[in-house]
Amino acid sequence: MSVESAASVTIALAGQPNVGKSTVFNRLTGLSQHVGNWPGKTVEQKTGEMAYEGTRVRLVDLPGTYSLTANSEEERIARDFILRERPDVVIAIVNAAALERNLYLLAELLVLPSPVVIGLNMMDVAESQGVHVEPEVLEAALKVPVVPLIASRNQGLLPLVAAALRVAANPGAFAPLRPEIRPAHRPVLAAIAAQLAGKLPSLYPTDWAALKLLEGDAEIAAVVRAAAPEAWEGIQPLLMQHEDAYLDIAGGRYEWIARMVRAAVVRPRAGVVTVTDRLDRVATHPLWGLALLLGVLAGVFWLTYTAASPLVNLLGRAISGSFAGAARSALSWAPAWLAAFVADGLIGGAGMVLSFLPILVFFFALIGLLEDVGYMARMAYVMDRFMHRLGLHGKSSLPLFLGFGCNIPAVLGTRIIEDRRARLLTLLLAPLVPCTARLAVVTFLAPAFFGELATWVMVGLVALNLLVLVVVGVVLNRLAFRGAKTAFIMEMPLYHVPNLRTIGLFVWNNVWAFLKKAGSVIVVVAAIVWALSSWPGPGMEHSILAGIGRALTPIGAWIGLDDWRFIVALLTSFVAKENAIATLGVLFSAGERGVGLAKQVAAALPPSAALAFLVVQMLFVPCVATVAATKQEAGWRWALLSVLMLLAISLGVGTITYQIFSRL
Amino acid sequence: MLKPLSELKSGERGIVRELQGGRRLAARLAGLGLTPGALVGVVHNYGRGPLTVAVLHTRVALGIGQAARVLVETTEGDA
Repeated sequence: MSVESAASVTIALAGQPNVGKSTVFNRLTGLSQHVGNWPGKTVEQKTGEMAYEGTRVRLVDLPGTYSLTANSEEERIARDFILRERPDVVIAIVNAAALERNLYLLAELLVLPSPVVIGLNMMDVAESQGVHVEPEVLEAALKVPVVPLIASRNQGLLPLVAAALRVAANPGAFAPLRPEIRPAHRPVLAAIAAQLAGKLPSLYPTDWAALKLLEGDAEIAAVVRAAAPEAWEGIQPLLMQHEDAYLDIAGGRYEWIARMVRAAVVRPRAGVVTVTDRLDRVATHPLWGLALLLGVLAGVFWLTYTAASPLVNLLGRAISGSFAGAARSALSWAPAWLAAFVADGLIGGAGMVLSFLPILVFFFALIGLLEDVGYMARMAYVMDRFMHRLGLHGKSSLPLFLGFGCNIPAVLGTRIIEDRRARLLTLLLAPLVPCTARLAVVTFLAPAFFGELATWVMVGLVALNLLVLVVVGVVLNRLAFRGAKTAFIMEMPLYHVPNLRTIGLFVWNNVWAFLKKAGSVIVVVAAIVWALSSWPGPGMEHSILAGIGRALTPIGAWIGLDDWRFIVALLTSFVAKENAIATLGVLFSAGERGVGLAKQVAAALPPSAALAFLVVQMLFVPCVATVAATKQEAGWRWALLSVLMLLAISLGVGTITYQIFSRL
Repeated sequence: MLKPLSELKSGERGIVRELQGGRRLAARLAGLGLTPGALVGVVHNYGRGPLTVAVLHTRVALGIGQAARVLVETTEGDA
């Protein structure tokens, strides 16, 4: 059968978090998936293509949500997609070991217009806990097709697609048992539905809209007010009288679920103490859990740097040496400025950023491993106590931790925080986490400046960054966010054996996010900075950038930096943090040859100014790619605020450092 | 007698009777199975920081502030 003549079917993949939905999606679509954003939103959207017996299938991965109320952006996106796009069929992935809780989402899906097929996943996990689920019995009770799965071992996926396509081919035959609400609220639901009948845009099924109104859904209430104001007049008093109905509706759904699963699920009499519970006795303990966390973090950094450093050095040499040289000779026909632009501007500036890839790959592989095993939720749990002081909760520690690798994924990672206020605060704090690029600059310069004390200086600098993060967090929370508290509610997933494919995709998505930024923003800004540093010439000493640096020396003097070359190094670090070294390399190479760059630089500054320089470098304005990511997540105002705030902090703390140490 | 979930010790169980703190919080808790009538057991409560509860065969971490808004009727026996 040719692909052109084949019909195309859209399948939406729904499910609560921690049910293996991503595994199902990744297995079915492989690398033919497209990762983007939902239109106009900052929630990630994954779509993919596959073919099944000549039918082209478009798979849309809906955000993982526990329910479909309008409480979070993810929930709105999931239900809007089903309402507006009307997928041919929705596959609901549920965890067989926690069926009762998982079917809550199904109860919500069944009252939406698209037919549903259930993928009963993690059958092996259920069996290992002594939980026995019979798919046929569940199917008979719900009158919804149920396909047993073990997605982690690739079992049952094709039968699942086949079942979904059968339903899509004959939607009229889909007649599930839909949940009903408790008898006490049925008359009012019927009364609301009667008022709405025929008055809403065809997008919204009347019964569903009536149910949502009774649940107190503000979004649907706004739709009704706009589309049918006179109906709203009649409905509003009814809603006021049944204000507490939402709890009854939720309770009613669980009662319905209990009836549906009664015959299909057999559980062991005594609850099994699972491996997860036993491990969590240590992992979530206030003392042991913290010790374990510190050990895990230390291990991650040690492994990352031990494994990646040789590769970084190799890549750095290859890019700045052989690759730039090759580019120069390949462009020998071109004007000299073009060759210099490509070799020094693009490859020297943007290309050097690429040499940090090994660090990012190793770091994200380890984080991906921790995430997939289920440990990251425990980290959030242990950190919650500390994050509360900043007006944040445990989940904010996850993106902040990513920041040690690179600030860009940290900024993008703030998406997991439901509350907008907490999200913005985390976004502002993220650049204070020292990323690998800044640490690389310090690692290069500190030994030359401070000799045997270098290690302690580096530890002190990292500690200073974290201290500033805490202080800024507390102050911002008190002043700008008025000390509001955020709810910490998080499912603790079961620990499980990691899946290489999942980790691989995690690394790929994060590194790709970094590469896309490096490939766009950094190249442009690197080109501008290169131009500013080359004209009018000759050499960087007589460039516009040097002029700017010299003009700024009065400010630099506060920090002990009366040498314009260090100011220019800071300015170029805005493109990418590691540029600080490259710039110093260019500016100092004019001097005597044969002496190492670090030594030359060290000779130019007294220790107090050197320390202040490193402090400013560690706290300086986020790199341009991070600013771009911040703008994408929160808009220009927040990105600008982030830049100004860090500029003030870095200059302030740098000045204090210099003033104290120059007097000692 | 009703008492806040946050005051239950590790191993104690109860039935959720009341959710305070508004509709938004209640809706989030309901999605995780914490709704009036639900049987809930405290897995770990260290007295400070979040607690872990067992509900509908899953484990849920709750901030101490959120747990204080879930009122339960304690039941005899151990989890």
